[in-house]
Amino acid sequence: MILSSFQTFIIICMVTIGTMVTRFLPFILLKGERANNPYITYLGRVLPYSAIGLLVVYCLKNINFKDPVNFLPELIAVVFIAILHFWKENTLLSIGLGTVFYMILVQMVFV
Amino acid sequence: MNGKSKALKAAFPHTIPIFTGFIFLGTAYGILMNTKGYGVGWTVLMSLMGFGGSAQYVAITFLTSIFNPIYALLMTLMVNARHIFYGISMLDKFKDTGKLKPFLIFGLCDETFSVVYSVDAPEGINKSWFMFFITLLNYLYWALGSAIGGLLGSMIEFDTKGLDFVLTALFVVIFLDQWKTGKNRRPAIIGVLSSVICIIIFGRSNFIIPAMITIIGVLTFARKRLAGDN
Repeated sequence: MILSSFQTFIIICMVTIGTMVTRFLPFILLKGERANNPYITYLGRVLPYSAIGLLVVYCLKNINFKDPVNFLPELIAVVFIAILHFWKENTLLSIGLGTVFYMILVQMVFV
Repeated sequence: MNGKSKALKAAFPHTIPIFTGFIFLGTAYGILMNTKGYGVGWTVLMSLMGFGGSAQYVAITFLTSIFNPIYALLMTLMVNARHIFYGISMLDKFKDTGKLKPFLIFGLCDETFSVVYSVDAPEGINKSWFMFFITLLNYLYWALGSAIGGLLGSMIEFDTKGLDFVLTALFVVIFLDQWKTGKNRRPAIIGVLSSVICIIIFGRSNFIIPAMITIIGVLTFARKRLAGDN
């Protein structure tokens, strides 16, 4: 530990405050009347779809196209999940098999 | 069975993928903290208070460099800015949750948001308690994972390479489920494209806030056309 216990605790508090501000802010700013604003209602309806899109990209942000090893496992696994999910329509199966398939790819195929 | 245990029973299956992901990522976090000299107590405290996977990983750098709380605060705000989207999206669903609301907001991490938003409580199950238990279970999985990692320290051998993909798989499946409904495909594409373009322009460590601004901008600009999608 480089920091003292007190300093560590302060850092933990900062991380907590930072995270909580981002989570509570919309509920504090958009209370009551403003929550019924048609623009906010519209955003609340379309934003989740964009947010999941952002999240997928966020998870895959570390791939790069310089070396096939750095993007093929992700690409193949996502295509595998898509096919499996449209075929079987079973969420847990798609996630479980998709993950196992990816692990096989990164541990045995693309090493 | 009373209402609460029914809600717990209905909520649990939806948290299984997150259980796998959080136990693994939490354990990895605990091990990492251990290698930096932070024991299980600090790790679990951070997980219970800060509760945000990526921000906690980033926070390791604040703990292992010169004491700079303002920087820690600003970086956390940046890394977690995407939570603002989740809040706006949940305004309506959390409206009538009463005393459970503060905890639902406190625990609204990526994974909890993705499940709470996309899964509706089954018939006869109390919606608020259903969402509460999904949030609580995920919160506990993360703390449990951190504790396991903190206790095991460096004893564990890493043959679990790639297991963290479980969370990517979860988001991909939710994306596909939304896609299959045929509704709101354009907002989904806007989310993906804005993020990709912002990664290209701003780099992978700075793209989140520009991507959020781009998304809000495009959604606002195209409101007339997109409002008819659903």
